[in-house]
Amino acid sequence: MTAVTEAAAAAPKAPARSHGLRSRMRKEAALAYVLLLPALVLFGVFSFYPFLRNFKLMLYETPPVPGLPSHYVGLHQIIPTITSTQFTQSLVTTIVFVILVVPISLLLGLALAVAAHRKLKGMAVYRVIFSSTVVSSVAVASVVFGTLLNPVVGLLPWLGINPTPPALENTTWALPSVALITIWQFLGLSFIIMSAGLQSVPDELLEAARIDGAGSWTRFWRMTVPLLSPTIFFAVVVSTIYAFQAFGAVDILIGNQNAVRLHTNVLIYNILNTLQIESNPGAAAIMATVLFLIILGLTLLQLRFLERRVSYAR
Amino acid sequence: MAQVSFDGVTKRFGDTTAVDDLTLSIPDGELLVLLGSSGCGKTTALRLVAGLEEISSGTVSIGDRVVNDVDPKDRDVAMVFQSYALYPHLTVGKNIEFPLRQRGVDKEERVTKVKRAAETLGLGDLLGRKPAQLSGGQRQRVALARAIVREPLVFLMDEPLSNLDAALRVQTRADIVELQSRLKTTTLYVTHDQVEAMTMGHRIAVMSEGRLQQVAAPEDLYAHPTNVFVAHFLGSPGMNLVEGMLVENGSPDASGGGVRGTLCVAFAGASVPLPAEVADPVRGSGPDVVLGLRPESLRLSPDGVIAANVIIVELLGAETHVICHTESGARIIVRQGAGATKPALGEAVRIAVDADPEAYHLFDATTGERLVGP
Repeated sequence: MTAVTEAAAAAPKAPARSHGLRSRMRKEAALAYVLLLPALVLFGVFSFYPFLRNFKLMLYETPPVPGLPSHYVGLHQIIPTITSTQFTQSLVTTIVFVILVVPISLLLGLALAVAAHRKLKGMAVYRVIFSSTVVSSVAVASVVFGTLLNPVVGLLPWLGINPTPPALENTTWALPSVALITIWQFLGLSFIIMSAGLQSVPDELLEAARIDGAGSWTRFWRMTVPLLSPTIFFAVVVSTIYAFQAFGAVDILIGNQNAVRLHTNVLIYNILNTLQIESNPGAAAIMATVLFLIILGLTLLQLRFLERRVSYAR
Repeated sequence: MAQVSFDGVTKRFGDTTAVDDLTLSIPDGELLVLLGSSGCGKTTALRLVAGLEEISSGTVSIGDRVVNDVDPKDRDVAMVFQSYALYPHLTVGKNIEFPLRQRGVDKEERVTKVKRAAETLGLGDLLGRKPAQLSGGQRQRVALARAIVREPLVFLMDEPLSNLDAALRVQTRADIVELQSRLKTTTLYVTHDQVEAMTMGHRIAVMSEGRLQQVAAPEDLYAHPTNVFVAHFLGSPGMNLVEGMLVENGSPDASGGGVRGTLCVAFAGASVPLPAEVADPVRGSGPDVVLGLRPESLRLSPDGVIAANVIIVELLGAETHVICHTESGARIIVRQGAGATKPALGEAVRIAVDADPEAYHLFDATTGERLVGP
C-alpha cells in the first residue's frame, strides 16, 4: 500500500527529473567530445585524411616523365596496376613471406609458452626474456641480424654455413633471412598471446586428464590445443595482419640497391618504391587499397570466428 | 577394490607442512570422509592418493602396492573435482568415454560401458550435449559417470557437492551414498561440511592444520570427541566449551548445593556437578579443565546450575537456539524444542544439564585432549 502511494506521489515529478537527466547527459556528452578531441585530431590528420585521400589518388595517373601534372583517369589504371608483373610478384613474395613467418613464429611461441608455463623457480626471468622481442625495435634487430648474417664477421660462417653470394644477396636465402628476423621479432608477441591462453586452461582439467590416463602428449594435443584453439586462431590472424605489413627489415637489410631486391619486394616496400622511386602515386594508392582489402578481410574473418567460437565457459 | 593406506605421510610445500605425519587406513569398500576447515590438508591428502602431488615422506599404498612413485594414470583411481573438471570441448558421451579410450578399451565395450554409466546417473538423453549446455547438477553427474565408468579401485571426491544449491546437494548426497554402497568401491570423500560428513561417511577423519585429529564412525565422533577441536567442529551448533576448575563440593572454591564430595566443574556463576561415571576417572586431574556440553543436553530451568544472560534467540522452525553468556564470559548455546517457552533478550536464566553421563565431556585445559572415556 505504501509503495503504491509513494509511486503515485513520485509520478508528477518524473518529467522534471527526466529533463534534468537529459541536460546532464548532454553535458556529459559534450565533455566526452572535448576529451576525445586530441585523439580525433591525431587520427584525423594521420589516419582518416590519408585514408580518404588514398581513394582520390587511385583515380589520377601520373605521367612517367617528371614535372608533368597528373590527370584524371577514373578507374582505368586499376586493372593494369593489379595485373602488372611487378605487383603480382610482390603479392606472391608477400604471401610466401607470411607463410614462412606466421606458422614458425606461432609454433615457437607456443613451445616457449608451454615450457615457461611450468611452475619452476626463476621462470619469471625466462618469461621476461621470451617476451622481450616485442619491445625491441625493428631497426636494432635488423642491424644485429645483419651482423650475424654477415659473410665475414657473422655467425653463419662461424657455423660453417657460407652461401655464395652471401645470405642477404642470395636470391634463395634473402627472403628466408628477412623472414628469420621477423620470426624472431614476432616470437615475443606470439609467446605472450599463447601464455595468456595457457593460463586460461584450468589446471584441474589437465589433472583430470592425467588421472583418466592421458600421457603428456595426449594431454597437450587433446586438451591444451583444443582449449587453446580460439587463442591460436587469434594469434594466426593478428600475426598474418602484421606479416602482410612487414617493411622495416626489408628496407634495412636489403634496400633498393640490392640485386635481390625483387625477391624480397614485399607489398609495403613495393608501394613505397612505386611512390618514391617511380613517383607513381596513383599505382601506389591502388596497391595500398589492395593491401587494405586483404587486411580488412582477415579482420572480418577474425571477428566472425571469434563471435561464433564455442563458449568454453565451465 | 582395494584398501588405501597412509603410513606416516608428510607433504611439505616449501616451509609449509600441508599434511603432517598422517597414518590412516581405509578398508576395502569403505566411504571415508576427510573433514576439516579449508587449509587443513584434506585436499592435499586426497591429491597424494591421486598422485597429483609428490609425497615428502612416508608411504601411500593402494591395495598391496606402494604408489609413491606410480604415475596417476597407473594408480587406477578416479577423481571427482570440485569444479567437475569436465572437458569443455567434448560432448558428455566423449567425456565419459575419455578414461576408457585412454586405456585402450575397444570400441564396442566402450559404447556399452558409457551407456551403462550414463543410465546409472540418468544422463541417457544428454550424451550429445557439451558441458556448457548442462546445469550444475547435470555436470556433477557427468563427473560421477566419468569416475565410475572404468570401475577404478578407488574413488577420490574433492568437495563434489559444494557448487550445488542446497536442495540439490541434499539429493546428490543421498545419490552418492547409494551409488557407493552399490559399487562397494573404496571412497575418499573430502568436505568441509560436517553435515555431509555425518550423513555420508562410514567413518570420518577430522583434520586440522595438517594433522589427523580423530578418525571414527560418525556417531562415535559425535559422542566421544577426542579433543576440543573435534568437539567444537562437529555439530551444528558445535559443542559448548567452558573453561573451569575441577573442585570437590564442600571445598572453598565450590558453590551451590549438592552432596558433599561430589566433583564439580566451577566457573563464575556456576558449579556443575559431575555424575559419578564422569567424575571418578578424572579425580585428581586438572584442576584446569574445559567442560564440553552439547546444546541439546541443556535446557532452561529455574533449578539449573549455570547462571547466564540471554544474548540472542535464533528461531529455526523446529528448534530454537538460545545463546547465553555466563558470568565468566563463556558463550553457551541451548537448543530448545519447538514447544519450549522462549526467553526474552537480556533475561537472566538458569541452565540445567541432563543427568546422562554422556552429556558431560571433559578436556584438559592445556592440551585440549579428552580426559574421560574412550
